Amino acid sequence: MTSRMQTVRRVSLAVVRKDLRIEWSSKVLLNQVAPFSLVIMIMFAFALDNEGILQRVAPGLVWLATLFSMLVIVQRSFAVETADGALDALRVAGTEPLGIFIGKSLALMVQLLALELMLLAIALVLYAVEPTAMGYAETFATMLIATIGLGFVGTLYGGLGAGARGRETLLPLLLLPAVAPVLIGATRATEAAFGSGGAQSSEGWPWIGLLAVFAGVFGAVGALAFGPMIEE
Amino acid sequence: MTTTQGTATPTTQKLGIATAIALIFLVLSGLIFSAEDVVQGSTVRMMYVHVPSIWVAYLAFGFTALCSAVYVSNRSRSLIWDRFAGASAEIGVLFVAISLVTGSLWGRLTWGTFWVWDARLTSTAFLFITYIGYLAVRRLGGTFSQRARRSAIMALLAVLEIPLVHFSVNLWRTLHQKASIADPNAKVQLDGFMLFTLFWGLISFSMLFAWLLIHRQRLMALEDAVQDQGLDRAIQERRTEAGR
Repeated sequence: MTSRMQTVRRVSLAVVRKDLRIEWSSKVLLNQVAPFSLVIMIMFAFALDNEGILQRVAPGLVWLATLFSMLVIVQRSFAVETADGALDALRVAGTEPLGIFIGKSLALMVQLLALELMLLAIALVLYAVEPTAMGYAETFATMLIATIGLGFVGTLYGGLGAGARGRETLLPLLLLPAVAPVLIGATRATEAAFGSGGAQSSEGWPWIGLLAVFAGVFGAVGALAFGPMIEE
Repeated sequence: MTTTQGTATPTTQKLGIATAIALIFLVLSGLIFSAEDVVQGSTVRMMYVHVPSIWVAYLAFGFTALCSAVYVSNRSRSLIWDRFAGASAEIGVLFVAISLVTGSLWGRLTWGTFWVWDARLTSTAFLFITYIGYLAVRRLGGTFSQRARRSAIMALLAVLEIPLVHFSVNLWRTLHQKASIADPNAKVQLDGFMLFTLFWGLISFSMLFAWLLIHRQRLMALEDAVQDQGLDRAIQERRTEAGR
C-alpha cells in the first residue's frame, strides 16, 4: 500500500511537472487564455454599461470569466494528452491512473489560480472593488478552495471521452452544469469579501464550506472514477 | 433478434393497449370528470400531466443510474444494461421537458410569469441540461463498449452532481433571497376524485414509460446490429478487394 502511495506521488509529481513545463514553453495560458479572460472582463463592462452595477456584480463576473477560461485550459490539458496518443502510452505503460488524475488536477489548479489572481487584479482596476484586509483574506481562501474543486472536476470531465471526436464542443455542456455549485458558492463568498451590495464579510464562510464539500466530493470520486474512465 | 416487423411482441402489444386505455381514461378523467379547483379553476388540470411527467423523469433517471451501476459492476459488461440506461435517459429527458413546459404554462396562468428563480425550478432545469449532456456523451462515437463505459460513468457522475447542484441552489435561494412566490412545502388539500385522477396519472404514465422503454431498448439493439453488420460488410469488401 505504501509503495502504491509512493508510486502515486511520483507519477503525480512527474505529470504536474510535465504539464507545467509544456505550459512554460508554449505559453498558451499567458498568450491566449489570459488575454481571453481580459476580453471577457471588458465585454462585461460593455454589456452592463454602468459602474455601480459593475461594482455590485464584480464577484459573479470574476467567477464567470474564470469558468469560461477554465474550459479552454481543460481542453488544452487533454488535447496535449491525446494528440500523439500520449494518454494511451501512459496507460499501456501501466502508469498509476490515480497519479495521472492528481497530477493533471494539480497542474490545472496552478494555472487556474494564476488566472484568478489576474482576474482579481483586473476587477480591482476596472470594476473599482475595494476589499478590506479581512476581505482579501476571505477572497484568497475562496480562490484556493474553489480552485481545488474546479481542478478535480475539470480533470474528471476533461478525461471523459478524451480522444473522441467532437468532445471539444461537448465539454462546456458537461462541465458548466457540474460547476454550478462552485459559481454559486464562490460568487456569494466573494461578494461577502468585497462587501458587494452591503454583504458582511462573515457571511462568506458558510459558502467557503460549500466549496470545500464540493472539492472533497469530486476529489474522492475523481480518484475512483478516473482509472476506469481512461481504461480501454 | 429475429426478423419480425417492428419491435413489438405479444406482451408489449398487450401492455401498449392497456397503456392506451389508461391514458384515454386519464384524459377523460382529467378534462371532464374531475372538478375545477376552487382557487385555480381549470388550470389545476395541468397537474394531471405535470406531476406524472416529473415522476416518470425521476423514475427514468433512477433507472438509468441503476442500469449504469449494473453495467459497471457486472463482469460480463453486457450491453443490454447500457441500452436500457440510454433508452431510459432519453425518455427521462422527454418527460422532464414536458414537465418544464407544463409547469411554466401553469406558472404563467397562476403566477403571471413563465419562470421564477425558485430552487426547485432551477434544479429541474439543471437536471434537464445534465441529461442532455449524458445523451450527447452517448453520441460521441467509438466502439459500443467505449460508449457504454463513458456513458455509465457520466450517468453515475450525474447522480452525484444533481444532489450537489440541488443543495447549493437551495442554499442560494434560502440564504440569499427568501422564496417569494411559491412555497414548495405548502399543504395542498385535494378532493377525493382529484387525488384519484392524479394517482391514475402516475400509474398510466408509468405504464407508458415501461412500454416506451422496452421498445426503445429493442430499437437500440437493432441500431447497434445494423452498425455491426455495416462494419462486417465493409471488412468483407476490403478482404475481397485485397484477394483480387
